[in-house]
Amino acid sequence: MPVKSLEELKKIREAHIKKVKLRASGESADQTIEILVGMATCGIAAGSRDVLNAFIDLIDEKSLTDIKVIQVGCMGYCHSEPTVQVNIPGKEPIIYGNVKGDVVEIILDEHIQNGNILDNYVLIKTFNSAL
Amino acid sequence: MAKQRTHIMVCGGTGCVSSQSLEIVDKFKEVLIEKDYQDEIAVIKTGCFGFCGQGPIVKIHPDNVFYVKVTLDDVREIVEEHIIKGRTVGRLLYKEPETKKTLPKHDDMGFYKKQYRIALRNCGLINPEDINEYIAFSGYEALGKAVTELSPDQVIDLVKTSGLRGRGGGGFSTGLKWELTRKPPADEKYVICNADEGDPGAFMDRSILEGDPHSVIEAMAIAGYAIGASNGIVYIRAEYPLAIKRLEIALSQARDYGLLGKDIFESGFNFDIEIKLGAGAFVCGEETALIHSVEGNRGEPTKKPPYPSVEGYQKKPTSVNNVETFANVPPIVLKGAEWFQSIGTEKSKGTKVFALAGKVNNVGLVEVPMGTTLREIIYDIGGGIIDGKAFKAVQTGGPSGGVITALDLDTPIDYESLKAIGSMMGSGGMIVMDEDDCMVNIAKFYLDFTQDESCGKCTPCRLGTKRMYEILEKITEGKGTMEDIDKLRSLGQTIKDSALCGLGQTAPNPVLSTLEYFYDEYLSHIVDKKCPAGACKALSKYKIDPEKCIGCTACARVCPVNCIEGKPKEVHIIDESLCIACGACYTACRFDAVIKP
Repeated sequence: MPVKSLEELKKIREAHIKKVKLRASGESADQTIEILVGMATCGIAAGSRDVLNAFIDLIDEKSLTDIKVIQVGCMGYCHSEPTVQVNIPGKEPIIYGNVKGDVVEIILDEHIQNGNILDNYVLIKTFNSAL
Repeated sequence: MAKQRTHIMVCGGTGCVSSQSLEIVDKFKEVLIEKDYQDEIAVIKTGCFGFCGQGPIVKIHPDNVFYVKVTLDDVREIVEEHIIKGRTVGRLLYKEPETKKTLPKHDDMGFYKKQYRIALRNCGLINPEDINEYIAFSGYEALGKAVTELSPDQVIDLVKTSGLRGRGGGGFSTGLKWELTRKPPADEKYVICNADEGDPGAFMDRSILEGDPHSVIEAMAIAGYAIGASNGIVYIRAEYPLAIKRLEIALSQARDYGLLGKDIFESGFNFDIEIKLGAGAFVCGEETALIHSVEGNRGEPTKKPPYPSVEGYQKKPTSVNNVETFANVPPIVLKGAEWFQSIGTEKSKGTKVFALAGKVNNVGLVEVPMGTTLREIIYDIGGGIIDGKAFKAVQTGGPSGGVITALDLDTPIDYESLKAIGSMMGSGGMIVMDEDDCMVNIAKFYLDFTQDESCGKCTPCRLGTKRMYEILEKITEGKGTMEDIDKLRSLGQTIKDSALCGLGQTAPNPVLSTLEYFYDEYLSHIVDKKCPAGACKALSKYKIDPEKCIGCTACARVCPVNCIEGKPKEVHIIDESLCIACGACYTACRFDAVIKP
């Protein structure tokens, strides 16, 4: 399929940038929001792999940028798995517990986009990031 | 298309491929399928990360974790621990030699901190065999902008103003070369990419072609538009099979997208590129010799003028530019001349890629802004000398350059300052030498290379370098006389003045510069019949310290010529007339009783 104009080239770029942008965000750590999903045995048993994939899908669906989703080890709250930590640059990290079903979308809509912390799900507010 | 949460980037440069990185890619895919993670995790073979001494390298995105020296056996652990459970595999992280700290992120490493990547921007970031990834990082936008928005003269002006100079060695202004090729009227003109990388130890051009072939293709098309050429040729040595393969894949993808071929971006501009394989002769890096080789003739240089810009390939105006030079062009077109000008020194703009090799801890490919000092490259990026030994010299410019001593380590690197201290930029080979390297021997090594690579067309180079090599051989065998030094100097000067091309004119440089900076070492070889570094085998004789020897017989047992005598528990003695100075006894002795010459 020949590319006939700069606009067409930019369309190809748009179509593929989603695929590679997680590499670019890995490079610029300063401005990026981090969502850390606990993926230890306890987390996996409680369904954290689905949570992780739900984040990836929804971020893509909502075309959110500058967010990276990273799997991490056990955060120590095995009673409330799946656990998710949200690190927004310049703000204190928040750990949510029992992140299941539509909580993923609520975190993205309310916390990430509107800055409202979901008190019902907060496990701990901490200054130490798990990463 | 499934959305993948993690990308496992595996280095697919020649260095890492030789340590099984391609098998590592397959193994990752295999284990991921076995664990049913193949839809969530992508495994991507990418270009050279530059940190070749630590290869094979595996980088995980978006976590930004950088694993070094990964083997096939580590793959399962990375998948099970890192990918599935989110636990970083600590033992595979890079450990900084001085601080013993493990560093998971590559930007924390001294090796990367001072680097600034323009030519290597996509190496290690994209899959070089996928044009879409190149386009995703703004690829081919520069070409689109050039042919649809700029006139050829504007492109030339832009490149001229940016201050980009040839990265192959000479340092001639790239924009000016294009302008000179554009001027003469002709029915056909040519763009040639010089990928005949011949300096011993230099591999930046290969790495760029392997890691980001599209950047060179795009830049060649821009050059073609600027000078009015519709044909491009990549002259590459056949001993770079991986680079050739990736280039061929890239060319066919670019043609499929119509980014090469007829009527590019519907601008009426036609351009296509073919690959010509060279046999790997050093002299073919010289542009006139290169052109003859492309034409199917012997790779011999001819006198300039006429310059290729007037009479080049098939007697038509031709612009010959180096791979790294081309790789700088698309960012200049996209970001502008001012951006490029803001990097580097007054006369040398932008960055330069160096292949750091020799006795330095972090061997690899580094790209630094012009004006960075040699000390920063060797100590901050290179991590200092192996085993904490003393730095002796660094050779830049390969066989055409000279040695730089500790006195000049703080010289900011650019074309002019390196020339001023008797060396040159060259294509960017940088070989670090320590106290164990004999400078006469190093000079001999380079002369051996140039006399071997001399095409034989002109007498000064054909015979002169051979004679110089013979004299050096004599000196390293302990048969030299003081007259030999005068002969080396006058021969060297004569060759410099009278050889036909750059190869001959610069061939004596390693000898002349070591004569200037390490005259003492020549004297020791000639007068005292000693090699201070202990590298010249004919001159080095091992001895045994009778005070320290306990008569364990370890040395006598490993001696391949049985020249060590002595009974158990008695002091051993080396028969110096039979000793071949292999050093086996030195390594075998556990009591430091063997004295190195």
